[in-house]
Amino acid sequence: MAEFTKLSYQKGGLNQALSGFFKKLLEQNVFDAVMVPAAQPTRGVMQTLISRPDKLEAVDPFAPVVPLNAAKLVAALTASPSGRPVAVVLRSCEVRALTELCKLKQADLDDVVVFGIDCLGRFENNDFLKFQEKGGTTEGFLSGENNGFEIAGACQMCPHPVAENVDARLCVIGDGNAVWVEWLTERGKAVAGKLGEKTGAGPDKRDKEVEALVKTRTEEREKKLAGFREATGNFQALQAHLAGCINCYNCRVACPVCYCKECVFVTDTFRYEGSQFMGWADKRGALKMPTDSLFYHLTRLTHMSTLCVGCGQCTSACPNDIELAPLFCAVAEKTQARFDYLAGRSPEEEQPLATFHDDELVEVTGQVK
Amino acid sequence: MSDYEPTIVAFLCNWCTFTAADLAGTSRLSYPPNVKIVRMMCSGMVDPKYVIKAFLEGADGVFIGGCWPGDCHYINGNYKARRRVALLTEILKQFGIGEERLWLRWVAASEGNMFQEVIDEMTKKLKELGPSPLRGQLVA
Repeated sequence: MAEFTKLSYQKGGLNQALSGFFKKLLEQNVFDAVMVPAAQPTRGVMQTLISRPDKLEAVDPFAPVVPLNAAKLVAALTASPSGRPVAVVLRSCEVRALTELCKLKQADLDDVVVFGIDCLGRFENNDFLKFQEKGGTTEGFLSGENNGFEIAGACQMCPHPVAENVDARLCVIGDGNAVWVEWLTERGKAVAGKLGEKTGAGPDKRDKEVEALVKTRTEEREKKLAGFREATGNFQALQAHLAGCINCYNCRVACPVCYCKECVFVTDTFRYEGSQFMGWADKRGALKMPTDSLFYHLTRLTHMSTLCVGCGQCTSACPNDIELAPLFCAVAEKTQARFDYLAGRSPEEEQPLATFHDDELVEVTGQVK
Repeated sequence: MSDYEPTIVAFLCNWCTFTAADLAGTSRLSYPPNVKIVRMMCSGMVDPKYVIKAFLEGADGVFIGGCWPGDCHYINGNYKARRRVALLTEILKQFGIGEERLWLRWVAASEGNMFQEVIDEMTKKLKELGPSPLRGQLVA
């Protein structure tokens, strides 16, 4: 039986209603702090760890921007846990990445209650600032007013508008005049109990609207990935796609599931001696500098493609506008399928490269004794 | 391209397949000189980077030789190798390096003749297949 609590608001009062909700969580000592996207004093919206109730007036969790995948922030907050109860407000891509980081023991949810939010997509960071400058509002965005901006490419093909594996969910799909808090796990329901919230059925139209959105996005995804595979089906095409790469490694800095503490590409392994470069140049006649761009991207694919959640932060981080998300998503879909894995689907499933069995994948060698 | 000779980079486990190659030699079995052997302590030591680098440098094929299931000197390195090869295959084939260019085979220390056969077979297959699409491109 679904358990929802309705937060109604008047036009223009969305964030006020949400701020009131979070205030209760702090004032009734359910949590010591809430990490939630909030308007910054000058401009923009960022995840903010708020422990004083009056500071909650700035919350804006549904603002169509994800400056970075906040799974990394939860990892930073909990890798060495404070022992104090915190609520974190995350989108689906962030929750899915967090699920993977927990499996890697880089984040810990013992003190954390996760509130997922419905996601209709995000703008690129700069677009969001312009959107706000032009008077765009979160409520406007939720009712379909994009003010001429497009949501990020990764979001256009994201089949996960609803966050799964969360303790509670802030739902906006299915009702334009209220946020519905859905209490899902025992931990979530315990929060509802402490607040003394009465719960009941959710908005009638929700399931249908979610289904329709997932369908549109899935179709877009299939179309986009098929086109992408066709366009990058050989190394020359791949090289052309990555031609703008300058080895800045922003895509892996932005990637929430690029898990190495130190990336091998910034170690001495790749700090060549001058004679090494000269040797390559002699052998080939010409050597593109910087070297190893394709090597880097392919290696990254072996590391993170089985964990890729398709959040698109790689594309957003690229200074040369390389569309990395469809590349990584297209590969990730195949590698995850090979191991019957889906990144972020379940906290229980073992990561493909963190496990092995004696009686599997016989087709790789084709040999049977 | 009738005079085309493929280059195979082979990463061989010290305990099984490398010993098998040694046995093939001491038994005076001849196998194609196309294979360039890199001796590893275990097939589980073959980092996917090594395979990618070999292909980017123009190898026509990469061969990884490990111990039969249950026989790994380090208990389970060969199982890790098998997962990594499955992963690499999925990635590389999307860009035109098919699984016929990346082989993982179990060859025990006593199977010198099998080492000869499998290298013969791979060389023949690669000749039919023609040069790697990356050969001569020298990608960086």
